[in-house]
Order: sequence, then C-alpha cells, then structure tokens
Amino acid sequence: MTNRIEINTTVNGETVSRMVEPRTNLVDFVRYDLELTGSHVGCEHGVCGACTIRLNGEIVRGCLMLAVQADGGLVETIEGLSENGKISDLQEQFLIRNAGQCGSCTPGMLLTADALLESNASPTRMEIREFISGNYCRCTGFEAIIDAIEKTAQTRQKER
Amino acid sequence: MSGSEGLSIHDRPNSYIGRSVPRPNLPRLLKGRGSYADDVKLPRMLHAAFLRSPYAHAEIVSIKTDEAEKVTGVFRVFTGDDIAKVCSPWVGVLTHLEGLRSPPQHALAVGRVLWQGEPLAAVVAESRALAEDVLELIEVDYKELPPAVDMEKALDGDAEVIHDVYENNLCWERNVNQGDVDAAFAASEVVIEEEYRFGRHTGVTLESRSIVADFDAGEDMLTLYHSTQAPHMKQALFAKHLDLDEHKIRIICRDVGGAFGLKAHAYGDEFATAAMSMVLKRPVKFVADRMESFLGDIHARDHIVKGKIGVSKEGKILGLEIDDLTGIGPYSVYPRSSAIEINQVLNLTGGAYVFENYRARGRVVFQNKPPMCQYRAVGHPIAISVAESLVELAASAIDMESMQMRQLNMAADDDYPNKTVTGIPLENLSHQESTTKLMEMVNYQEIRNEQAELRSNGIYRGVGFGALIEVTNPSPAFYGVGGAPISAQDGCSIKLDAKGNLIVGTSVTEQGQGAEAVISQVVATAVGITPEKIKVISGDTENTPYGGGTWASRGTGIAGEAAVKAGKVIRNNILDVAGILLQSEPETLDIRNNQIVDDENGTERMSVAEIGRIVYYRGDTLPKDFQAEMMVVQHYLPKSFPFAFTNSVHCSHLEVDVTTGFIKLLKHWVVEDCGTVVNPQNVDDQVRGGVVQGIGGALYEECIYNDQGQLLNGNLADYLVPMAVELPEIIVGHVESRTFESDLGAKGAGEAGTAGAPAAIMNALNDALRPLEAKLTRQPFTPQRVLEALGKV
Ligand code: FES
Ligand code: FES
Repeated sequence: MTNRIEINTTVNGETVSRMVEPRTNLVDFVRYDLELTGSHVGCEHGVCGACTIRLNGEIVRGCLMLAVQADGGLVETIEGLSENGKISDLQEQFLIRNAGQCGSCTPGMLLTADALLESNASPTRMEIREFISGNYCRCTGFEAIIDAIEKTAQTRQKER
Repeated sequence: MSGSEGLSIHDRPNSYIGRSVPRPNLPRLLKGRGSYADDVKLPRMLHAAFLRSPYAHAEIVSIKTDEAEKVTGVFRVFTGDDIAKVCSPWVGVLTHLEGLRSPPQHALAVGRVLWQGEPLAAVVAESRALAEDVLELIEVDYKELPPAVDMEKALDGDAEVIHDVYENNLCWERNVNQGDVDAAFAASEVVIEEEYRFGRHTGVTLESRSIVADFDAGEDMLTLYHSTQAPHMKQALFAKHLDLDEHKIRIICRDVGGAFGLKAHAYGDEFATAAMSMVLKRPVKFVADRMESFLGDIHARDHIVKGKIGVSKEGKILGLEIDDLTGIGPYSVYPRSSAIEINQVLNLTGGAYVFENYRARGRVVFQNKPPMCQYRAVGHPIAISVAESLVELAASAIDMESMQMRQLNMAADDDYPNKTVTGIPLENLSHQESTTKLMEMVNYQEIRNEQAELRSNGIYRGVGFGALIEVTNPSPAFYGVGGAPISAQDGCSIKLDAKGNLIVGTSVTEQGQGAEAVISQVVATAVGITPEKIKVISGDTENTPYGGGTWASRGTGIAGEAAVKAGKVIRNNILDVAGILLQSEPETLDIRNNQIVDDENGTERMSVAEIGRIVYYRGDTLPKDFQAEMMVVQHYLPKSFPFAFTNSVHCSHLEVDVTTGFIKLLKHWVVEDCGTVVNPQNVDDQVRGGVVQGIGGALYEECIYNDQGQLLNGNLADYLVPMAVELPEIIVGHVESRTFESDLGAKGAGEAGTAGAPAAIMNALNDALRPLEAKLTRQPFTPQRVLEALGKV
C-alpha cells in the first residue's frame, strides 16, 4: 500500500537490511520480517510489556517503536540474549522457581528483569515489584518471578 | 508380572511424585523458542481481519464488498451469507439442563448483529495490516434496533425481545428446594439478607485467541494450528460444522499462551477462518488483537444474587436461600453452554457446610452484550462470595468468631463420604484440618490486636475468610451427558525407543499449568525411568490419545492417572523382555534409574537401553512365540463420583484508605487440599496465579458498558488487571486428602485460588469498614465504590 523504506540494523549481532513499510512497528518487524518470534505481542498499545526488546542497550516497547526508528541501531531480542549468555543466570532461576507458566510474558519479563539488575544490583522485593509492573503476567501471580529475580541478584552479589 | 506389580504408584522407589521438578517445557519458553499459533508461518499463507458490529443490536440491511475486493493484495471478502454456505450454525445447549434454549448461531452474523463486536464480514489479504485497512471499504447499511442491555430489565414485559422465536429473553431457569426454608428462617435466631453484584469481566490471556487454518486440497485435510485447551473437542466441532470427517481434521496446539477457560469455546471468527481456508485452498491466519479480544472473547460472571441466611443462637446454619440472575449475551455459548456457571452457583452455594434447608432460583437471560461463558473457577467465586459473606455477617450478628461458626457447620473430616444439601456426593474432604491449619498460619490474634490499635489511629485494616469446595476431575456428568462432544476421559501413550527413552503422548494440553511436567513425573515414577529421558507430547490430535484436554482442573487427576496406568503396563512389558534375557522371573525384577535391577536388593542387571536395542534390532534373539510390545496406551475415566471435590480456605488481610478509597492487600493465605500433590511448587504457583485472577475480579476487572451496549473500556489501558506492585505475598499451605477413585489420588488445583479469593477480600473489606458502618457487596470494589459506601461521594 505504502512505499517501503530501507532500514539497516544490527539484530542480535547480525547485520540486516530490509525494506519495510513506514508503519511497521518494531515488534512486528522482528516477529514477522525477521522470524524472531520470541518477542510477543499482548496489547499493541504499550501497556503489557510482552513486546519488550532492547534497542541500543535500553529496553523499549516494540509495539510503540517503528521499525524505521531502529535504522542504524542495535537491536537485541530474547533469542540473541539467550544465545550470548547474558541472561543465562536469570533464565536458570526462572526455570528453578517456575517463574514462567504459559510463557507469553516471559521473554519481556526477562529483558525487563535484566534491565533492572543492570541499574540496581540488589533491589528490594518492592523495587522489583515496581520495576516489573509494566509487564503483565496473567498466569503466575508474579511471586515466582519476583523470587527468581531476587535470587539472581543475590547470586550475582555473591559471585562479585 | 514383576515383584512390585499391583503396588500403588505411591510405593515406587525413586518417586518423582511430591517433588518440585522443573517443568520440561519451560527452557524453550525462557529462550523465546516457544511455538504459539501466531509463530506459525506457512507457504502461501493469507491473513484474515474481521469487520465487527459497531452496534449492540442492528439489522444488516445490506453489505457491499466490491470496493474492498478491488484492492490489490486482497483475495476475497466474505460476508455472513458466504460463510453460512460452508459452515453450519450451532446451538449452545446441553440437554441435561432441562429447558435451556438458544437459537442457532452463525459463525459470522447473518441478517442481524446482536452484540457490539460480533463479526459480520472478513477480509482475506496478503497481510494483516492490509486486511485491516480494507475493512473500511466494506459498506454496511445498518438499521439500529433498541438493545436489551440491562439484565435486570431483560425479563420486563416491555423489554426488547432479542429472539422473536421466544416469548421473552429467558434462556434458562432452575429452581432448587430442599427441606423447609421458610420454617428454618422462622426458627432462626438471626436472619440476614443481602444483595451481591459481580461485574462482567473477561479472561485477558496474554496470548490472544489465534488460529492458522491450512486446508490441503490434495488430501481434503484441514490442519489447524490453534491456541486451544480442548483439541479433540475442537476437532469434533470443526468437523461437524465444516462437514468434514473427523480424521480429516488435525488440531495442533503446541504452546498456548494462557487459556483460563476462554479457549475452550467455539468462536465464530475461528470457524470462519477455517471455512475461508477451505474455500481459498490456502492457509489463512487469524490472530485477535487486544481490542477485538475485549469484544470477541467470552466474558464471565455478571451476576446479581440476593442471598439470605438463618442461623441459630449457637451459630448453626438453619436455612439458606439465593436468587441469582445472570446476563449471558445473545446466545448460550457453544458447546459448553452459558448455563453451567449459574448451575454451579446453585449447586455450590454453602457447599462447605452441612445444613438441610436450601432454596435457590437461577435465571439466565439474553442481552445484547458479548456472550458469557466458562472462565476459570466457573460459578465458584459467586457461590463462595455469597455464602461466605452471609456467614460472616451472621457470625457478627450473633457475636461469634466467624471461623468458629464455620467449623461448627463443617462436617468432621472423618464424616466422609458425604453429600451436599442438593445431594452431590463428596468423597473425601478436610475442612476441619484445613481451617485449623490456616488459623495457625495466619496468626489471627496478633492481626486482631494490631487492628484494634491501628483503628484508634484512623487506620482501617480488616481480615476476612473464605472457605469452599471446588469441582475438579469432572466425569461425563458435566458435559457428555448433555450431548456435547466433550470427552471426560484422558489417555496416555508411552513408547520405548531403541535407546531406552520414553516418548509419551497425553491428551491434555499444556497452557502453562504444568501438565507436561506432571505427566513426565508420573511416568518416570511408574516406569522407573529418569525424567530427562522422557519426552512428553501434547496438543496434537494426530499424535496423542483421545481425551478432554485441560479445563475444569482435570489434567493431573485424570490424565495423570492414565499415565500411571500406561506406565505400569509398559514397565511390565519391559520386565517381560528382561526376564527372558536374564533368565529370571519378571516378578523378581524392577526398573530403577533406567536400569533393570533385582527387586530385592537393587543389584543392576542390565540397562533399559539394552532392552530397546535388542527388541528393535535383535528380536531374533528372543523366543519365536514372544512379541515384545514397547508401545502402550491406557485411558482413565472417573466413574464412582461425578466430580472429585476439593476443599480450601482463604484468608485476606488488607488496609483501606478511607480518604482515597484505595485498598491495599497486605497478605493472602490459602490452605488447599487437592489430594496428592505431584509437583508442590507447581501447585503453589497454580494457587497463587489463581488467587491473583480472583483479586482481579474482586478489585479491578470490569467490562463497563453504557445503556446502548457499548463497551467503554475495551483496551488494556482502561481495563485494569492486577500488576505486581499492588499484589500481596501469597502464602500457600496444604492438606492432602487423596481421592480413592484413582491410584494417583490427585484432584485438581487450578481454580481454587480464583474461587476463594474474592470472598476473603470482600469479608476483609467489610471487616475493615465495620466501625464506619459501611458495607460493600458489589465487585469489583473500586475506590469509587468504597468512597460511595463511606458516604464520601
Ligand atoms: S504489546 Fe507492546 S506493550 Fe503490549
Ligand atoms: S506466564 Fe503466562 S502471562 Fe506470564
């Protein structure tokens, strides 16, 4: 319908070049154009956090960003962060503590948790609750997620 | 026959039952490697978008699609009439609910639209974005009709009658009359009457409803990648209404992003997607977006209940009466019907107590709002909120501790089997032990002391309880007897591979609740193979045994028992081969940690992998008249009891800010008795997740409609769901009263949290506000309603 625009980005360490419609949002670009379906879509209006993606080192809502805004940028998704091991300890704690049930919110939750621990190495449980309140989970009741994040922080502290 | 044959699964060595083994399907979800329906991309796949009615009630005078069809990239535009040619309408009634009526419902509206959001046409295009754009080019001439929105007016003489084949908007009515309620009230020391309201809310699975329909014209075969919780039921329904044989339909649902009941129903947009794939002979994908989920998913609750209780001076419940009215939208939902919820309310109100006099009326009415149907804990939150509030109000009126009054009215734990007042059998419950345990966990006296102290400082805290029984492991008495193609049995297949691994098929689905973990733990225990050598397959009608799926808290109790049975059979088959090879009696052997061992002393004799190798590659070394069977299938259906009831009890502690009306939940406790606990951590998290959905209904979630039937908050910014920051820590305790119907002894655990939390919260809220003489009985308890009750707005 509309003219496509070329964008060049680095996605999980790989250079990609694609023609996209200007209106395509970042999470749709990642999911459908790049076939990286680990980033999810829960609302498409910026509320649920299922679409959380890292752009230039910051977490963003993939449904509120356009793909063209990632032009020249550095995109990281759950797939990339799983491959490079950056969040492997968080993933381990999520597994042990059963912090994902259906898995819809889980990739977004992991990226958000990782961003929290980058900015606050030993958050209180209330700080964890506040930080992840932009990520909706309909299954777990959140407690397992908070336990897993807290445990990861404690383990990182010990290893330091 | 081996040495441990005939022994219970609970006597197996190296048991994985009762252990918090990590769920085997979780690692892939943590890596973003799940496979949900929307992740499926097929060659030549097209995308559907649906045109939905902007009106709650209107006649479709005409639909013009030619402009839309001219757009490049659009393959076809379908109207309700087009779809009706390939997809027959359905009727959502169950024959055992006598008198239940509902007219035929088409996948896409034909002639009239009956709720805002009802789909009436679809565009199939090369992308979803294009399909959505083109919806605007469909010209529909509507003639608006007066909507019947308010359920309280739906039965009035001057109400708009939605279906002219009926004389009024009544869908179903049921009356119950046990004992002599009027005499009981007359004999009571106090009689309390109250009206309760439960808002209409919806499920909000984070993954919305999704389907990819792939009709293969070469084989006349329809494959549906579908987010559902009842694959075999869906197979039967799609076959029936698309006029295909059942074996020509395959349902695949690998990962399901939350279901909570809402993915167990027939939806017009999903049937239309399948029909369009058949017409176009190409794959078609439809994924609901969040806005259309609010209008297109089933809604839940929406009840107004008048309740009345009479108790003696000593606190005995003498009589109970309820009158429940519920609005279910324009159709009873197919195939489970929209009358089960109220039926549960009638069956379960006061179910935790022994009393003799009970009268109940339930009326289900049609209205021009989205269809209402089964959502997590069906009917329970209503039944339990009403009974538990009445109990606390009555206890307070006779100046008795409410928990003491509860325990007085609950059966002794050794007084089972027993029956509810309406005659439903209860096999084995533990109300006394569970309530006692809860009170130990809660530290009740301390909370009361603190409450008194804080009140003098103008801080209002409250504590409240909710005790309950919950329906789990339903037999065919739930749906099958009513004529619905819904299986109450489940199956488990187990295949030994040549390397000693087990490939297990289960007919229940995994939507996050841990079915695959439970099945793998049970099989590991029953056979003697370690979990990492077990692969569980679920959600595929072509590769799993036939069964009901995952709903009504039935997965562990029913499919788990099928896994026990299949595990025992394949274990014996393996030991038969081992007996031949080792020249030992199979009864003297066992399987432990993947090894064949002497049952008596555990001495390792050979590996199970070696058995696999010999059976598959060197069968020539086995006797001529012996055939090894290394793939087995077993099924299980509960037969002795219509349901395996569980019991649990909740306590909520909260604080009300009387200036703003905000409620802060401080802590929540639950003691749950679901019989055998296979995976304790998993059960606890099921309870917690359930409690949070109960909190949602009690405090936040409500679909708000205006008098024209327009949803005013149909997006995730305006429709509130619980967030991490506003939730309390949830403490879970257990009592284990097994069902004796199965060897495993497990009952369901998925819904008790949702069932009981609203009652405990309502009671805690009213406890907090008692000194201010304010009372709230309308859920959700929003700040606005709190302030209204306090007379501040
Ligand atoms: S999909 Fe982006 S916030 Fe919900
Ligand atoms: S695990 Fe299902 S939404 Fe969080």
